[in-house]
Amino acid sequence: MIRYAKPTTLDEALALLSEGAWRVLAGGTDFYPAQGAKPFRDNVLDINGLACLRGIAETESHWVLGARTTWTDLVRHPLPAAFDALKQAAREVGSLQIQNVASIAGNLCNASPAADGVPGLLVLDAEVELRSVAATRYLPLQRFILGNRRTALLPGEMVTAIRIPKRASAGTSAFVKLGARRYLVISIAMVAARLVVDNGIVTEAAVSVGSCSAVAARLAGVEAVLRGKPAGPALADAVLSAPMAELWPIADVRGSAEYRLDAARELVARAVLGACGLTNDNSMVAA
Amino acid sequence: MSQVRSEAIEALPDLVPGFGLERADIAFAVNGAAVSVNVPPLRRLSQVLRDELQLTGTKVGCDAGDCGACTVLVDGDAVCACLMPAASAAGTSVTTVEGLANGRLSALQASFLAHGAAQCGICTPALLVAGTALLETKSNPTEVEVQDALGGILCRCTGYRKIIAAVMDAGRFQTSTDGAAPHPPAGTFSPYNDGEKGQAPAPATPSPRHSRGEGKGEGQRQPDSLDFGLDRRMPTKGNAVGASPVRLDGVPKVTGGEKFGGDSFPTDALAVLVVRSPHYHASFVFGDLDGWVKKHPGIVGVFTAADIPGKNCFGVIGPFADQPALAEGFARLRGEAVALVAGEREAMLDLDLSDFPVRWTELPHFLQPGDAQAEGAALIHANRPDNLLTKGFVERGDPEAALAGAAFTVSGAIDTSYVEHAYIEPEAGHAYMDGDTLVVVACTQAPYMDRDDTAKVLGLAVDKVRIVPTATGGGFGSKLDVSLQPLIGLVALKTGRPAALAYTRNESMMSTTKRHPSEMKATIGADAEGRVTGMVFTGDFNTGAYASWGPTVANRVPVHASGPYATPNYRAEGRAIHTNGPISGAFRGFGVPQATIMQETLYDELAGKLSMDRLDFRLKNCLRNGSETVTGQRLESGVGIFECLDALRPHWARATADADTFNSSNTSKKRGVGIASCWYGCGNTSLPNPSTIRVGIAPAGEVILHQGAVDIGQGSNTVITQICADALGLPLERFRLKSADTAISPDAGKTSASRQTFVTGKAAEKAGRALREKILRFANVSENAALQLDGAALVIREGEATRRIDLATLDVDAGGFVFRAEETYDPPTLPLDAKGQGKPYALYGYGAQIAELEVDLKLGTVKLLKITAAHDVGKAINPLLVEGQIEGGIAQGIGMALMEEYIPGRTENLHDYLIPTIGDVPPIEHILIEVPDPEGPFGAKGLGEHVLIPTAPAILNAIRHATGVLITKVPATPTRIRAGIREKDGIRDKEARA
Repeated sequence: MIRYAKPTTLDEALALLSEGAWRVLAGGTDFYPAQGAKPFRDNVLDINGLACLRGIAETESHWVLGARTTWTDLVRHPLPAAFDALKQAAREVGSLQIQNVASIAGNLCNASPAADGVPGLLVLDAEVELRSVAATRYLPLQRFILGNRRTALLPGEMVTAIRIPKRASAGTSAFVKLGARRYLVISIAMVAARLVVDNGIVTEAAVSVGSCSAVAARLAGVEAVLRGKPAGPALADAVLSAPMAELWPIADVRGSAEYRLDAARELVARAVLGACGLTNDNSMVAA
Repeated sequence: MSQVRSEAIEALPDLVPGFGLERADIAFAVNGAAVSVNVPPLRRLSQVLRDELQLTGTKVGCDAGDCGACTVLVDGDAVCACLMPAASAAGTSVTTVEGLANGRLSALQASFLAHGAAQCGICTPALLVAGTALLETKSNPTEVEVQDALGGILCRCTGYRKIIAAVMDAGRFQTSTDGAAPHPPAGTFSPYNDGEKGQAPAPATPSPRHSRGEGKGEGQRQPDSLDFGLDRRMPTKGNAVGASPVRLDGVPKVTGGEKFGGDSFPTDALAVLVVRSPHYHASFVFGDLDGWVKKHPGIVGVFTAADIPGKNCFGVIGPFADQPALAEGFARLRGEAVALVAGEREAMLDLDLSDFPVRWTELPHFLQPGDAQAEGAALIHANRPDNLLTKGFVERGDPEAALAGAAFTVSGAIDTSYVEHAYIEPEAGHAYMDGDTLVVVACTQAPYMDRDDTAKVLGLAVDKVRIVPTATGGGFGSKLDVSLQPLIGLVALKTGRPAALAYTRNESMMSTTKRHPSEMKATIGADAEGRVTGMVFTGDFNTGAYASWGPTVANRVPVHASGPYATPNYRAEGRAIHTNGPISGAFRGFGVPQATIMQETLYDELAGKLSMDRLDFRLKNCLRNGSETVTGQRLESGVGIFECLDALRPHWARATADADTFNSSNTSKKRGVGIASCWYGCGNTSLPNPSTIRVGIAPAGEVILHQGAVDIGQGSNTVITQICADALGLPLERFRLKSADTAISPDAGKTSASRQTFVTGKAAEKAGRALREKILRFANVSENAALQLDGAALVIREGEATRRIDLATLDVDAGGFVFRAEETYDPPTLPLDAKGQGKPYALYGYGAQIAELEVDLKLGTVKLLKITAAHDVGKAINPLLVEGQIEGGIAQGIGMALMEEYIPGRTENLHDYLIPTIGDVPPIEHILIEVPDPEGPFGAKGLGEHVLIPTAPAILNAIRHATGVLITKVPATPTRIRAGIREKDGIRDKEARA
């Protein structure tokens, strides 16, 4: 016997979650493909009745993306230039049909190594708001996604928001995605880069690569190399010799591990230049 | 289990007895009308629309958001209906394809028809819906805006270019009355299928008895209603051939009215699930099947090989038939069917097969031909030593001596991958008993072959099996083989109840045929003047676990591996080798696309050694009238390859100059230009291949054409009729079509081998002329007389004399005709001897293509810039449909060249298996060459497969031109291209250091 519930308030949803195991249904774009033709055997908590979880708000300290906010919502919402990488990524999540319903939090909870939304959030120092009946806690995104299809979500908890600290929403950013076809493609590799440039000098750098490790990774070595350098084409050279120890790509049907590493380095260089506005060639998707 | 406060639930109950979810009433609006359905809240919206509301215009292609065929608008935004729970539709306004026409076709629907943007039509509803949403916000979208809006919808037929054009051009079809068309009042439905204006969706689909003759075209065109005002571009009498009328079967494709395999299931049909092998090779035993059935309420029965009343062995080529409909004791491939479960639809939706009583014992398997041929390898079929299914062989002259004496020789090896057909319509159909006749209503490319194999498996006489083809949502070769026909037939036969089955994408990909992977080697030599003197070729083709069309591939390849070039000394061998991999069968070109990659890439290398321009080298060697082929066939006339290559000269000059200019100022990206040719024999190789066409005049003054050449999107419904119209001398608009239903129309053969325009077209020409003859003789006039239908009268004029025949006064025969003719055409071929010498085909078609592209050297990615395609079609019966074939074939060639690689167990879905999207097909310029062949109807040749053949080799040649690297394993993925570039750069670095 399975349960289905579609609460309309967060308190009700959390109360239900405290009662046992539920599969949470949001946009459905990972839920249904995972289900395939199998019959339902899990309790399903449909959070699409929680209007409070959809939308983008600004507080003193944060930009707050409600968990149910869709990629299309994000694209349509005016946000600082630091979010450009995330918006570019939003337009590469599946297809327009997917972007219209898929939620940002769902992309994180699904925890695919190839999740298009993660690198763009990582360079914004995003943190995940987790709520249960008992508590609300915040985890940096790096500590929320633990591995391939693994998160730090505890029983009784759900993601209610993604928060971007205002201090991390400075500067400009760019996203590049590499896939074997133009649309509707799982990334071979993807990169988000955010730079703060002051008087022609990179004062802050955040670079993240997806699909090249079990969880998308920030590249501390690259970021360190970039800081203090003049914002110019030479940044690409700096990237090409910078350490990228965080990347441990696998080989799969989309590409070899060697290729991924090789391509990731090039993509990082391009994303960094893109974030400086030195190239608009950020539609690297093949073809 | 605790209660949830009811106000929290939006009228949906949360507690459910039994496994499944309790149903709830869900209210929303569809196409402006309020509806309420009672379904489990997690039921996919696509199922609700199709099963509960009978709005079958919304298609299901993958159930995973990978193909977009189920796209509908929810409150104006495009979504995949397969990914939306019914609960989320509550309170929304949903628009489906059935809602686009407001009393008349929308501007976009009309534009789709005018541009020929719908071929098979399975993806058309989704494209129209998404395109409509785009046009709401941008009335004059750019190409990129169209691509961005439609990027999530896959089309396998069209190559997308006509879709882009149709959306961009939709504004032109906006009429002043269009916007003023009244919206349907609330509470009613928009017209939901062509011609039945104002009819609400019936609560139930018709019972099987009433659904007899469903399928396309039984095919009268529906009375005009939605399409009034549409310019069908109907040619005048005698001018049908060469005109491009809107395809005769087009309107239902844009309204959602077209019924594909899964669109007419009877509501009382048993649902059928297929239990399949999870292993590549395994033995199995069943447990207590009866006990399992009893434990599952609503399950009616389980059927296994033991229930099969006939010979449990089918196959498209009689002598090689080897495939059980349900495996007996062991399975030879992953995905092989071993049992059927039939039950009531709702029970089946909630059925968990994980406790199905079958015990598997995995056995050793091999997936590579090399392993299958290794010393002591286990035999997949005991009667086929070395796991060799068969081989084909052609030898002419003395190739060794020719190569030894050649001024230049080149050698190479190319491997290609499994390619999946990836039609957007998975196999689907239903079966029922009509008295003692089994009726199978399903998508297919070959109704008569389906009939014969289904009858054989089920132990029925062939006249006790009737195949009613539905519209077929793409085939490309794989729907030539039976798939679900014997399975649903067995359930209907055993239970007496209708049985329905639509394959999931996963089972379609696992269990149906693929393009043969190949491992090819060749050497070609030329004299100092650049004349090809000899060639040797060997190709091993992985034919998978069963024969299917493996023999055809093995035989076609050696005949065609020379390309359309004079090759006086030649030896080619093609071998079809069994593995436990997916069954390789027919796929647009039967192995010739693979072989052409080998030959055309070596031609580039040879031209390089000769320091000759690559196009000039091909022009110098191409076949001409009077040439002899490698099978010793003297081609007297109709050889158009020189004309194709010659027509490409200015494009070649422009393209190579453009690439040079770009390359002189770019270092990280390089452009390349490639060229390749094709030739392809139309029809069966040295085997009988007849088509029969029946045409007659009905007393009401209509021309009734029994058009048995199944139209899977390519356009035979239109082309065959155009040919017949001009042969008969009556206007196209007076024709009404009868479908390829085996109970209704004579056998026009299978839709394969690029044979329908040629073979069935020729039969239609003969039948049209014979009918004309009969009428003229009846009227006692000469062949110069002109015919005209005037209402129910036939008016015959010769000179000043006019004779008027009141058709109602004539005797009507059993077929409903007052005049009728039936003619058969079988192309004249001769058998191939032991050395492959003979006349395998009566007629060949030719073509050549230029690919222009840009390679990102750092990433190994390819951006296609343009394809220029020159194809000799003899006579373009319908130029717009010819263009559609060219663009669609090129798109498949692009996929084969750059991204398509089916890996068993790894890519059994449409997000790991990639086919080109709307952003992957560049502009295509077509050049139609008409070198008539006296054998073809009005000089026409086939073209359906030709168009795919040159694309992949042209792309590989262009990649080599851009990078200096020949990719020898297809597809040329970014990984492989980048590895090639790195290797070359490494070698260059080493050379620089040395």
